[in-house]
Amino acid sequence: MAGSIPASATASPAAASRPRVGPWKEAWRRFRKHRLAVVSAVVLAMLVLAVLIGPLVWRVPIDEIDFTARLAGPSWEHPLGTDDLGQDLLARMLYGGRISLAVGVTAMFVAVGLGVLIGSIAGMAGGKLDAALMWVTDLFLSLPQLPVLLLIIYLFRDSLKDVVGPEMGVFILIVTVIGLFNWMPVARLVRAQFFSLREKEFVEAARALGASRIRLVVRHILPNALGPVIVAATIDVAAAIIAESTLSFLGLGFPPDIPTWGRLLFDAKDNLDFAPHWALFPGLAIFLAVVTINFVGDGLRDALDPRRVQ
Amino acid sequence: MSAPRLLEIAGLKVHFKTDDGWVRAVDGVDIGVDAGETLCVVGESGCGKTVTAKTILKLIDMPPGRIVAGSITWQGRDLVPMTGAQMRAIRTKQIGFIFQEPMTSLNPVYTVGEQIAEAVRMHEGLSRRAAMDRAAEMLSLVHIPNAARRVHDYPHQFSGGMRQRVMIAMALSCNPKLIIADEPTTALDVTIQAQILDLMNEMKEKLGTAILLITHAMGVVAETAQRVVVMYAGKVVEEAPVGPLFATPRHPYTQGLIRSIPRLDLAATEHKRLEAIPGTVPSLLDPPPGCRFAARCRFAQAECRSAEPPLRELATGHKVACHFAESIAA
Repeated sequence: MAGSIPASATASPAAASRPRVGPWKEAWRRFRKHRLAVVSAVVLAMLVLAVLIGPLVWRVPIDEIDFTARLAGPSWEHPLGTDDLGQDLLARMLYGGRISLAVGVTAMFVAVGLGVLIGSIAGMAGGKLDAALMWVTDLFLSLPQLPVLLLIIYLFRDSLKDVVGPEMGVFILIVTVIGLFNWMPVARLVRAQFFSLREKEFVEAARALGASRIRLVVRHILPNALGPVIVAATIDVAAAIIAESTLSFLGLGFPPDIPTWGRLLFDAKDNLDFAPHWALFPGLAIFLAVVTINFVGDGLRDALDPRRVQ
Repeated sequence: MSAPRLLEIAGLKVHFKTDDGWVRAVDGVDIGVDAGETLCVVGESGCGKTVTAKTILKLIDMPPGRIVAGSITWQGRDLVPMTGAQMRAIRTKQIGFIFQEPMTSLNPVYTVGEQIAEAVRMHEGLSRRAAMDRAAEMLSLVHIPNAARRVHDYPHQFSGGMRQRVMIAMALSCNPKLIIADEPTTALDVTIQAQILDLMNEMKEKLGTAILLITHAMGVVAETAQRVVVMYAGKVVEEAPVGPLFATPRHPYTQGLIRSIPRLDLAATEHKRLEAIPGTVPSLLDPPPGCRFAARCRFAQAECRSAEPPLRELATGHKVACHFAESIAA
């Protein structure tokens, strides 16, 4: 090759043996360094597994009434005791956990989806549209959430129940309502990310390659904004689980035959003096789920923060 | 000019709206590029070089920017009135662009191969695999060792010089007829600068691509250009083939630029100080009437401060915008 210019020769021998380091692999390496996050991830995984396959192993029906064993403490027959109708609490918790966690994850997706959508529109448009969207965001942030939540559920629960059945109706309602009240932080986060990312050289370079606006957003800006959003999403799962528990505890969540963790607490509160185990175990489950999710979010924050180089 | 030019910019005015008023960043610029040639645009920071370059592909933000007047004729078609979709079809496919900052011009979350392949897929509709093959081919064309493996590497695994090679590969990936390079070597250290310039020359020869090179370094001009356009404060002050420009610069600004290059051929005993051009570029918010260089020009007369000098052709292909171009010798 006459007249060709070999690039610096130092790069070639190293390139042959070195393993590929993608951004996700790198993040995983950093996540593993966060001990508490790793332990939390394991505990959380066990919790999820228990809820998913538990009911297949512990085959006691959740609504088997046994008046001879009312409000019984933990025993071999009922590892977590029973409630006032003698129903097995372990079975109820395993079943209810599915719904609690499902509500958490689904509500997170609603919140994050809405937040990313509104945040990226505001961040990309700027100007008046941005101002209007941020005004709406502030409006939602300043609403007194609990009273509004209670009002919405009170108003719409029955009509939705008639359409899609009690379980699904309440699920949709709760997920929507929780998502509708949790998108604001994500929207602000995404908007801020967009403001800094859209000025980046690689975005302009992509424009020079002939990329359309939508392509710029979806392929070039959004993936770079994803780190903080993933962190916010994990925290949102925890927040949604708490919100569902709160609603159920106030008696506006799921009906008594769907024993979510919050619903179990609600049912247990009148018998706190005679059967503390009834409230203890669901409370513990909520606590464990929320704490571990938050720690995992912490670990992800460290892993995905590009400024942290270790 | 006999044959129609590849790119012909005529009377281009690009202004930016700021809180203080309209900044006339580019104020009546004529530049033509012929097929297969390297044209350098030189000038100091803030004289409108980059804005001119980005305006060709309409990469400036509008607003605040606005093309106030002029035309940009690309192979017989005016780019100024074109829609976004029409411009996208021209970017990279017909006119490639190389940026100043190789360190930040690549998207950190994709491999370099994916990024080159993206351009190819957008413009030529190749399959993912074929596009990746093309990416590897392009990387080896710009002399990146182990190209077939390196396509799967991420930008952070490349050095600055290597990233600029990737950017060149990307700009060339759809075989454009023109490459606009906006100070492609400014962010690199000197040895790498030479490599990148050599590479661009080599690519020009191999592929017949014309190059519009924006730079502020006269050394880069001497090394690469066939023709040179000197810009000052948003206007073209001199245009000439590279030989005559260095041999007989006609505009006082060009003369100043050339005198400010350190010279190794002068005896150290002469201990002459390196000359600098005093002052700075005037504000383009409200540029002074007359010649914009008058305030810094040692030959300036009263006429310079009142009447704007037109761009006049003194010799074939050598144009100067100075009232006294004939009387001031280099």
